[in-house]
Amino acid sequence: MTEYLLILVSTILVNNFVLVQFLGLCPFMGVSGKLETAMGMSLATTFVLTLSSVCSYLAYTYLLEPLDLTFLRTITFILVIAVVVQFTEMVVRKTSPLLYRVLGIFLPLITTNCAVLGVALLNLNKNNNFVESVLYGFGAAVGFSLVLVLFAAMRERIAVADVPVAFRGAAIGMVTAGLMALAFLGFTGLVAV
Amino acid sequence: MTQLWDFSGGIHPPENKHQSTSRPLRRASLPEWLALPLQQHIGEPAEVVVEVGQRVLKGQKIADVTTGMGVPVHASTSGTIEAIEHRPVPHPSGMDDWCVVLKADGQDEWCELDPVSNYKQLERDQVLARIRDAGISGMGGAGFPTDIKLRTPRDRKVETLILNGAECEPYITADDMTMREQASEVVAGMEVMAWILRPARCVIAIEDNKPEAIAAMRAAVENTQIEVVAIPTKYPSGGEKQLIEILTGMEVPSGGIPADIGVMCQNIGTAVAVSRAVFKGQPLISRVMTITGDAVQEPCNFEALIGTPVSNLLQEAGLDTGKLDRLVQGGPMMGFTLTTDAVPVTKTSNCVIAATASELPPPPPEQPCIRCGQCAEVCPMELLPQQLFWYSKSTEFEKAEHLNLFDCIECGACSYVCPSSIPLVQYYRFAKGEIRQQQAEQLKADRARERFEARQARLEREKQEKEERRKERARAAAEAQEKKKAEAQKAAKEGDASDERSAKAALVEQALARKKAKAEQAPASSDQGESGQVEKPDIEALEKQLAQAEGKLATMEGMLEEGREQQADNVEKLERAVAKNHDRVKRAKETLEKAREQLSNEPTAG
Amino acid sequence: MWTSIIIAILVLLGLAIVFGGLLGFAAERFKVEGNPLVDQIDALLPQTQCGQCGFPGCRPYAEAIANGEAINKCPPGGETTIKALADLLDVEPEPLDAEHGVEQAKRVAVIREDECIGCTKCIQACPVDAILGAAKHMHTVIESECTGCDLCVEPCPVDCIDMVTVEPDIRTWTWTPPKSGLIATDRQGASA
Repeated sequence: MTEYLLILVSTILVNNFVLVQFLGLCPFMGVSGKLETAMGMSLATTFVLTLSSVCSYLAYTYLLEPLDLTFLRTITFILVIAVVVQFTEMVVRKTSPLLYRVLGIFLPLITTNCAVLGVALLNLNKNNNFVESVLYGFGAAVGFSLVLVLFAAMRERIAVADVPVAFRGAAIGMVTAGLMALAFLGFTGLVAV
Repeated sequence: MTQLWDFSGGIHPPENKHQSTSRPLRRASLPEWLALPLQQHIGEPAEVVVEVGQRVLKGQKIADVTTGMGVPVHASTSGTIEAIEHRPVPHPSGMDDWCVVLKADGQDEWCELDPVSNYKQLERDQVLARIRDAGISGMGGAGFPTDIKLRTPRDRKVETLILNGAECEPYITADDMTMREQASEVVAGMEVMAWILRPARCVIAIEDNKPEAIAAMRAAVENTQIEVVAIPTKYPSGGEKQLIEILTGMEVPSGGIPADIGVMCQNIGTAVAVSRAVFKGQPLISRVMTITGDAVQEPCNFEALIGTPVSNLLQEAGLDTGKLDRLVQGGPMMGFTLTTDAVPVTKTSNCVIAATASELPPPPPEQPCIRCGQCAEVCPMELLPQQLFWYSKSTEFEKAEHLNLFDCIECGACSYVCPSSIPLVQYYRFAKGEIRQQQAEQLKADRARERFEARQARLEREKQEKEERRKERARAAAEAQEKKKAEAQKAAKEGDASDERSAKAALVEQALARKKAKAEQAPASSDQGESGQVEKPDIEALEKQLAQAEGKLATMEGMLEEGREQQADNVEKLERAVAKNHDRVKRAKETLEKAREQLSNEPTAG
Repeated sequence: MWTSIIIAILVLLGLAIVFGGLLGFAAERFKVEGNPLVDQIDALLPQTQCGQCGFPGCRPYAEAIANGEAINKCPPGGETTIKALADLLDVEPEPLDAEHGVEQAKRVAVIREDECIGCTKCIQACPVDAILGAAKHMHTVIESECTGCDLCVEPCPVDCIDMVTVEPDIRTWTWTPPKSGLIATDRQGASA
């Protein structure tokens, strides 16, 4: 039980995929303009990450390993991720056309989100079993969502603040992200994972 | 000891009330002319019921509201109506509005009054009608018609009636002096209101910086059920919602009114007006107003007639124009600057501050917000002024509205404490105005869309109806044709033409039959003509056709002449028929010519 | 060696077919009909039905915007509408396209009744039926319903319709935002 808790704490805070491992920065900077879009994006990414992490694990353990095809893992994982993202796109389009239009190109770009592929691949190094894989993917997703939402909230406030002209837009966003990363550095060593 | 609660926030600005309370209430002298604005209340502007040049008596109704919410306007003194025109009125925009200009004749003659000795014998509605006819609207600043306010629906019974004697804003002492010198009228008015509402509790709340007023009111309420409660001095404890929280511990729900929780607040001046309306039959034609500020030599309170130009009062108070820098209507926290002193005293004017430059200096320039949060600490409505400021400034009005922008009472406490001198309330007022404007435009756009769609539907419907009618007519015409054919055939068979038409139809039928016969003959004859014999054109038949066509043309031309003389509707149709017949005649002639040519060129059949 | 390559290819093929089937099924299951976005866009447009955007009415323009048309073509809507559309669709707000007209103060049509001949041409032109009248009878504009689209001015054969600016009234007055020149570069930018 504590094992699972530790996995979650590790993926959400200590080894946060965005601010500590610096994966998935594209949607992090691109979708964090408004809080509503950020929340929509984080939900979509959570769904994709968890599902693809599980499917990748299953594909690896029950298909690639027995057939001794582990060298195919990268392309297989990409295939799995692409399918899951397509599926998510369809669901989002049906349930919320506005969110679909607002997310725009970033929804299919989850396929190329290095965090998603990264989670799938890094999961293998940890020799996790099924439940642990699920938690690993889910924890990564929650960490991503947490940071995305926090950053979006901050960017909304910064957008209306008196920022000097040279810093407006992406520049102050990067500075803020860097400061957030510094803050998350404080979690180092909390969990020995 | 009555239990009191406290509201969060609030400030303690310097009171500056002693200047105007050291002198007793003064009756302002009768002015030469008065300007009575037609809208001194919330609702529709009143419509004038007198004419220019008409003489009116004091207390006579000169304008009334017939459609919509509002209260009538009365002449404050006797005189002649000089004009009904745009005049400056006290409004933050500095704009003019419709006013009735009354030239006083100096006699101050009352019209016939109708006092009531025992109002309790009347019906509740009758007393409310009296209050409306007396033109009474809230005199604390908003101007809501008092009779409508007192007419609460049955499901919202008022349990606590509060008379607001707090007067928390600095400089203003009008209610203070009213309570000191007209205490019995205040209590009489409150009793009328209590009789109308039947509350369980009646309270008069007075801030503890007015000990004389408290003493006077305590004396006046002896032998009544009314409580007089002294509340701690804090700005803005005179705000309706804050006062209710202090006295009852209850909060008025966001976007709601005090009646929602069974409470009602009325102004001290309104109570006096109600008392005068019921017991003396006098309409609301005067009010107590504070004239203060360092630029006047004798700051005091005046009992002034509604419509008196403020310049008169300033003069009476000894205005020193050299020292005067700014005229503020209202108090330093919630008031606005007047652009001219020609504005009249209205039912909601409570104070004019004639300030010197050092007394109310121009505000320092706005500096960046340092996010100190002082504003949130003093907000009496527990809002987030800093966030409201950011959203109002960047025009993100949706978010501002979401943070309860419309619950802001614009008291000015946040602007007062801001270390960067940001005019916060101005931003909120701007945001509120924009949001209201957007809502009005949205409403208008929705209406326009509805009208547009209705119009499209109407045009569709008309097109369809036209189609229907056209089909109907075509069908009817076809039927008529069928009938005619049948009759003609019958007539042709029997050789009996009953009327001209069927005779004509019979002729047509015969002609058609002949043509058909000829057509059948023609292939037969062409069969015979295999030897190269060209068909002989039947000159006789062609000549006959030409004769027929010419005959028809003559008839049609005759009908056209008739039609033109009578200016009948079918003139166009007749013209077309004539043209057709012309063509027919022409063609017949041509065919005949060609046939004759052919015949003459043809070698005789051998 | 060849067997492993063939097995690898077969595995990938198999996976692709399975996933393809799944996606195809999902595409059917989650099919989207219509376009509710158009309603949301239409709700933001001012409904003057004037046609200045180049489309025959506000709804066609809303449909075009949903298909990617520029959002800066509506003069009666002005800056506020462009900003609202930009917020809804999460695109950059652009300044009003001058090709389609400039933003003007609100205007209403007024018919000079002395000159009206009762031809009903303006009544037929008004997209919101804001003109009251009948053939050979006086025509007049219902001011509260007029959207100021000025489609009625052209058809009038005697040119008796004026577009009058609505003057601000004490009742329609609103506060202006306080001016603040806080950031030096902003001030310079404003004066530049």
